[in-house]
Amino acid sequence: MALDEFAPWRDPNAKPIIHFQNVTKRFGDFVAIDDLTIDIYEQEFFALLGPSGCGKTTLMRMLAGFETPTEGTILLSGEDIGPIPPNKRAVNMMFQSYALFPHLSIWDNIAFGLRRDNMPKNEVGDRVEEMLRLTRMEKFARRKPHQVSGGQRQRVALARSLAKAPKLLLLDEPLGALDKKLRQDTQFELMDIQEKTGTTFVIVTHDQEEAMTVASRVAVMDHGKIVQVATPDAIYETPNSTYVADFIGDVNLIEGKAVAQDGEKVTIAWAEGQPDIIGTSDKPFSNGKTVHFAIRPEKIAIAAEKPDGAANTIQGKVLDIAYLGNISTYHVELANGHIIKAQAANNRRISRRSFTWEDQVWLSWTDTAGILLES
Amino acid sequence: MRRFSLISIPYLWLLALFLVPFIIVLKISLSDSALAIPPYTPTLDFSEGWAGIKAFWSELDMENFVFLTEDDLYWKAYLSSLNIAIVSTILTLLVGFPIAYAMARAPEEWRPTLLMLIILPFWTSFLIRVYSWMGILSQEGYLNQLLLSLGIISEPLVILNTNTAVYIGIVYTYLPFMILPIYAALEKLDGSLLEAAEDLGCSRTSAFWLVTVPLSKQGIIAGSFLVFIPTLGEFVIPSLLGGSKTLMIGKVLWEEFFSNRDWPVASAVAIILLLILVIPIILFQRNEQKQREAEG
Repeated sequence: MALDEFAPWRDPNAKPIIHFQNVTKRFGDFVAIDDLTIDIYEQEFFALLGPSGCGKTTLMRMLAGFETPTEGTILLSGEDIGPIPPNKRAVNMMFQSYALFPHLSIWDNIAFGLRRDNMPKNEVGDRVEEMLRLTRMEKFARRKPHQVSGGQRQRVALARSLAKAPKLLLLDEPLGALDKKLRQDTQFELMDIQEKTGTTFVIVTHDQEEAMTVASRVAVMDHGKIVQVATPDAIYETPNSTYVADFIGDVNLIEGKAVAQDGEKVTIAWAEGQPDIIGTSDKPFSNGKTVHFAIRPEKIAIAAEKPDGAANTIQGKVLDIAYLGNISTYHVELANGHIIKAQAANNRRISRRSFTWEDQVWLSWTDTAGILLES
Repeated sequence: MRRFSLISIPYLWLLALFLVPFIIVLKISLSDSALAIPPYTPTLDFSEGWAGIKAFWSELDMENFVFLTEDDLYWKAYLSSLNIAIVSTILTLLVGFPIAYAMARAPEEWRPTLLMLIILPFWTSFLIRVYSWMGILSQEGYLNQLLLSLGIISEPLVILNTNTAVYIGIVYTYLPFMILPIYAALEKLDGSLLEAAEDLGCSRTSAFWLVTVPLSKQGIIAGSFLVFIPTLGEFVIPSLLGGSKTLMIGKVLWEEFFSNRDWPVASAVAIILLLILVIPIILFQRNEQKQREAEG
């Protein structure tokens, strides 16, 4: 199983297709990209995730050739692409606005890049048909972009950027303009197409769910730096900082002091009158050191009766309930006013739930459910 | 009924301000010149009743139109006007497009100022502006003085009273009509389209020809018609800046009306001019409609 797992970043002999070496990009005084070094491997679906203004779009535009790094080098298949203009790069981009040419039919839009390479006419035709089939747009080939729906335009933009069979495809917020349902379907379609074509995809997004769904690895960015690069599950389960923990998904962050450590078990004192939290960490936490305990709401159990045998139990009052259909999120207020979010699956009918607003409840979690972060 | 009354307003407007004057001119063009006030016969006299109207109809004929074909002055004037209008439209486009392009590419906070600078000359009388060109272009004018003092030329250039002066005048006067529609088209152009073209293998130049120009086509067509249509019948610029050799139908028309006092022939000239203009006007309307459809 582990053998055919796709993880070139763990193979020390693997050659990256893209290599950023100490790249810095400044716009006047503003540092958009701050001394960034990263490798992206062939056939990866790599997501750049971060809030707006974190530098992810700048990073992508440097790959496309619309921006040049102020310092550092970018290698594509071992070749420095700094001096190569966008029209000479084996890189294509799918724009956030799709940037389809409104005066050309969908067929001509897809053929646009192929014709620039002086490809023979019948080969252009074959390639365009292939792309139309791939994106299931055969029926709309003769239409103009404004005559098809948003989701179809998105597929045309994808077909056009894939037509030249680039080594690297850049996707700038590709699904941002679609509604939620369509976005979810399209995410799977994107993964399918990426697998079929074997192209390396780099996607920029601010939607963490989208990044988690499609990507083989996610890079979380903040202020021009990459905070963490890891697979989606590693990002979610073992974030390396409170920033990543907070940015990806929902999390309870509790600040406290490590008061005792027994092997991997760490005891955290965090509030007067509240029981200490028992957590697990392979790192040593010296006595009295400030520690952030991060735990996802779905890892906290909520019950009307005090459960037996849990490493951590804490009592509180239900303040708010967010009903999401399949699950509910409970905002539980502790005696000291601290609010903890807990999630539970609605596997019973809501009328049979044993607690509701203002009820006293017990929260519990195991000693391995959360993680300890230094910052 | 309500709908009918609603659309009747623009129709009544057109009827009063376009169709009635047109019928009057058409009627004069079918009359004969006369030493009278007004200087043509027949005039409609209702006092004689039905017989008077019948006599009136019988006196109208196509004589003046036949005359226009007999004297080669007229068709030469039409052709020369057409020629001048086409050449000056192309010149205006060549000057106007780069200006509109630069305006559309300028930083956003600058654009209202630049737009204002284009419109500002309209705040001065058109006649004064054309007269001032006489001061610039004449042999003792500012342009010759400048060129002589810089040592670029040793003899003053003869520009005023030539076709060159007419072209300069037309390009100067009608430039805003070319710039504004092209600017409007270019300003809407999404910058990412040009980036997409480059990304797909275009050089900057080919991206300009394959994306910018086709997408500003509507503006180019609109601007060209807005220059071509009034230029064809232009009278003030050729008569002030042009020489005796500058033959334009507007000038011929003026001379027939005011120098020869031959209103019927002048009216016939005007009717033919109008018929020539109907073609580009229809094309212009169709272009506008196509643009609305593309946007709607």
